[in-house]
Amino acid sequence: MAFVALGGNAPAKAQTPTKTGRVALYLLLPGLFYLGLFFLTPLFSLILTSLKAPSPSGEIGRYEVAAEFGNYLYAVGQYLPQIIRSFGFALLATIIALAISYPIAYFIAVKARNKPLLKGLLLTLVIAPFFISMLLRTFAWKQIFSNDSWVVNTLKDIGIFGSDSYIIGTNFAVIFGLVYNFIPFMTLPIFSSLDRLDLRLVEAGGDLYANPFTTFRKITFPLSLPGVISGTLLTFIPISGDYVVASRDFLGGPDTAMIGNVVEANFLRIQDYPTASALSVLLMAAIVVLVSIYVRRSGTEDLL
Amino acid sequence: MATDFVARGQDLELVEVRKEFPGFVAVESLDLKIPAGEFFALLGPSGCGKTTTLRMIAGLETPTSGKVLIGGKDVTDQKPHERPVNTVFQNYALFPHMTVLENVAFGLRQRKVDDPLPKATAALEMVELNHLASRRPQQLSGGQQQRVALARALVNRPALLLLDEPLGALDLKLRRQMQLELKDIQSEVGLTFLHVTHDQEEAMDMADTVAVMNHGRIEQMGAPEKLYDRPKTAFVAKFLGQSNLFVGEVTDKSSETISINFRGNKITAPNSRIEKSSGKVAIGVRPEKTEFHESKPAASSTQNVLGPGKITDIRFTGVSNQYQIEIPEIGEITVFAQNVGRSPVVELGAEVWVSWKVEHSFGLADLPTGEEDIE
Amino acid sequence: MRFSLGKYLLPTYVALTFLFLAIPIAYTFAFSFNDSIKSNIIWRGFTFDNWLDVCNQQEVCDAFANSVIVAVTATFISTVLGTMIAIALVRYRFKFRSATNLLLFLPLATPEVVMGAGLAAQFLDFGWPKGMGTVIIAHTMFTLSFVVVTVKARVATLDPALEEAGRDLYANPLQVFWKITFPLLLPGILAAAMLAFALSFDDFIITQFNSGAVDTFPKFVYTAAARGIPAEANVIGSFVFIVAIAIVLVVQIRSSIKQRKLAK
Repeated sequence: MAFVALGGNAPAKAQTPTKTGRVALYLLLPGLFYLGLFFLTPLFSLILTSLKAPSPSGEIGRYEVAAEFGNYLYAVGQYLPQIIRSFGFALLATIIALAISYPIAYFIAVKARNKPLLKGLLLTLVIAPFFISMLLRTFAWKQIFSNDSWVVNTLKDIGIFGSDSYIIGTNFAVIFGLVYNFIPFMTLPIFSSLDRLDLRLVEAGGDLYANPFTTFRKITFPLSLPGVISGTLLTFIPISGDYVVASRDFLGGPDTAMIGNVVEANFLRIQDYPTASALSVLLMAAIVVLVSIYVRRSGTEDLL
Repeated sequence: MATDFVARGQDLELVEVRKEFPGFVAVESLDLKIPAGEFFALLGPSGCGKTTTLRMIAGLETPTSGKVLIGGKDVTDQKPHERPVNTVFQNYALFPHMTVLENVAFGLRQRKVDDPLPKATAALEMVELNHLASRRPQQLSGGQQQRVALARALVNRPALLLLDEPLGALDLKLRRQMQLELKDIQSEVGLTFLHVTHDQEEAMDMADTVAVMNHGRIEQMGAPEKLYDRPKTAFVAKFLGQSNLFVGEVTDKSSETISINFRGNKITAPNSRIEKSSGKVAIGVRPEKTEFHESKPAASSTQNVLGPGKITDIRFTGVSNQYQIEIPEIGEITVFAQNVGRSPVVELGAEVWVSWKVEHSFGLADLPTGEEDIE
Repeated sequence: MRFSLGKYLLPTYVALTFLFLAIPIAYTFAFSFNDSIKSNIIWRGFTFDNWLDVCNQQEVCDAFANSVIVAVTATFISTVLGTMIAIALVRYRFKFRSATNLLLFLPLATPEVVMGAGLAAQFLDFGWPKGMGTVIIAHTMFTLSFVVVTVKARVATLDPALEEAGRDLYANPLQVFWKITFPLLLPGILAAAMLAFALSFDDFIITQFNSGAVDTFPKFVYTAAARGIPAEANVIGSFVFIVAIAIVLVVQIRSSIKQRKLAK
């Protein structure tokens, strides 16, 4: 499983399971039962809720079981821009994060390979942002880019920005914040793939008359593909459902809302559970379809 | 010191032991008896079922059917920790989170034996590693780890010691040295040793009795010299050393010998050294019992002669030379000649005849693969 | 001829990127010392007051305490359950293996908002009141798969022959587990527990959907963002950061010392 990368573990050697018997059942059942009850059935609750109709009593937040497929039409009709924006932002942020992270992962895994101290230090620096609340970090960017911050003022002074220009609340700010938050998620799996790369293969490429660029394209990159795939998934999936960065209290504005923001608003603020659930189901369905196409096309089905 | 650890080894008996895994049979109905105090080797290629057999004796696998008896007592249903058996594992399986001394004391502590540490120290003395007692296993060399594993098993005075390819990970020189040490320790402590290996030289060198295993069954069992001198199956003839094999219909029988017709040539073997005397029979001879001549030797009733053929390959292996001789219509024959300047000096391509004494022929019970009767 | 720009290009880029990654951390740290009144937006001067009297803002402290309670409890449960699953996955043959793998993979591939909303919808259907209990349930759920993946990698490097050697040396299955399997898996289990703790402690989205009136630290920050986050929150954030970095450094130094020792 490619997500091993997140734990930063030594590569697992293949081991065929040999033991049989009841013990396996006792070991597996509690955990799987837990996931069944609190992961799997909630997904069904979500589908059930997405089809509910308002209670005849007219009370806010009261719904009863129905087969109201119209909820989906309503959700899509009402929130199509947010849905499109979510996937657009997620795609863009993933691509930018990949471009930024790959060289870092390459440097730590390949250039710092024989310097354990430097390697350890750099890895610590990559994961350092994890250790400070994601919300505090995002809020810090908000302050740094706020309308009368020196960043914006400097941009205005040197004439790049007009007097009424701003950063916070723009698509740029949201994508910037998303990229920033997910660089470590992209870097670590790629690092872990490159860390296992046998450098003699790269030397062999050079030996066989490939120039550095061709060697990278034909040897290094293909061999790091598992890391790239799990890195892009670890970035794309959470971003598509994120609503902190795009929130108006953080880096977003009136026109940057993503699916997450609408789900939050509908579920927690106006208690329109069916619409929020329908949007969640749509998001989940889209992710499942996209991920399975992506995983299949990239040929690493052992991810599952 | 070693006398402290002497316990009488016990005999081991396997009764119709069979092990099936999903999709294949690892061990077919195996009967085996190893007398107490013997050094017994189970020899065979990988996948022949020898390791599965060892694991069933240790209790790490449960036989599908059949019984395992140690000292006459049925232990088939006992768990590994209940059996008076200890194993030296293939890669030693020393516990990396314990010191060498703690590794050796582990079994004693588990059985709540008094004074585990002095006893473990004494066991380490026996393998001359007392000075490394406080090291971690990872800090030792392969040979040292091997000896720790041996001490860890022997300190428990098992009725039966199982050795699972214990020398496989060592280099050739160290392997030779450890073979001698193992053999010495075995005669010193007098325990029953069951040694599993795929190395035929190792098995013949160390064991009192060797059983050759193939496809889940024992093909032949006996003292190493006997097995080598008189292999009974094509597999043993090929696996234990090398053999030239000839297959043909039996043409002549006398009270002393039988002869087969091998592609127009008569090949004779003594009746005392054959397994089968009718139909298609395979007769073989060891390469070092075979000679070649530059002129045709006179035919006689005590000698088999084939040829002429050409020498196609000469390999110098040190003490002997290995010659490949290609005889038209007959095929390839291997001849070993001692490097004492006695054998004729020949060159590649020279025309030679091959001969060997009838008394060196042996007849097999089966036929080599690809030569079986089609009925 | 090789031009020297190439030699310095990558290291320079890496250094600049790390600088970029550090900016908001430095900002948060700096503003934990701001002599602010309430909103902590404008720099008003240096003070230690926020650090010395964190619980001046009672809500911040309560939220922090809640986060610790939730993370400790959820980490404990998910580490136990996840370790059991990991051992079974590597060591045992059983039916429905691919279904099991899928069930473990799905939570990793599900956006938090979907898990949060789904669980909240289920709690509504069950009529369970939201509170600490529901947050702990939720956090155990989403950290479980991470634990399995991390411990599984460690189990896979554990030679089964070591356990067999234990059984061969008169240890019963329970003794084999506690004397051999567990000590050898411990680094992996600890890594998994640390990961689970970090994920739980920093989680916001799933928490917001299932916490009702209970505030965790991230939830407090989110709610406070609208009117300005108090400097005490920066103190807590910076404090957690320092502790975490210290733990990571100690672990790394210890393992490098150990490696050097073994190399001798």
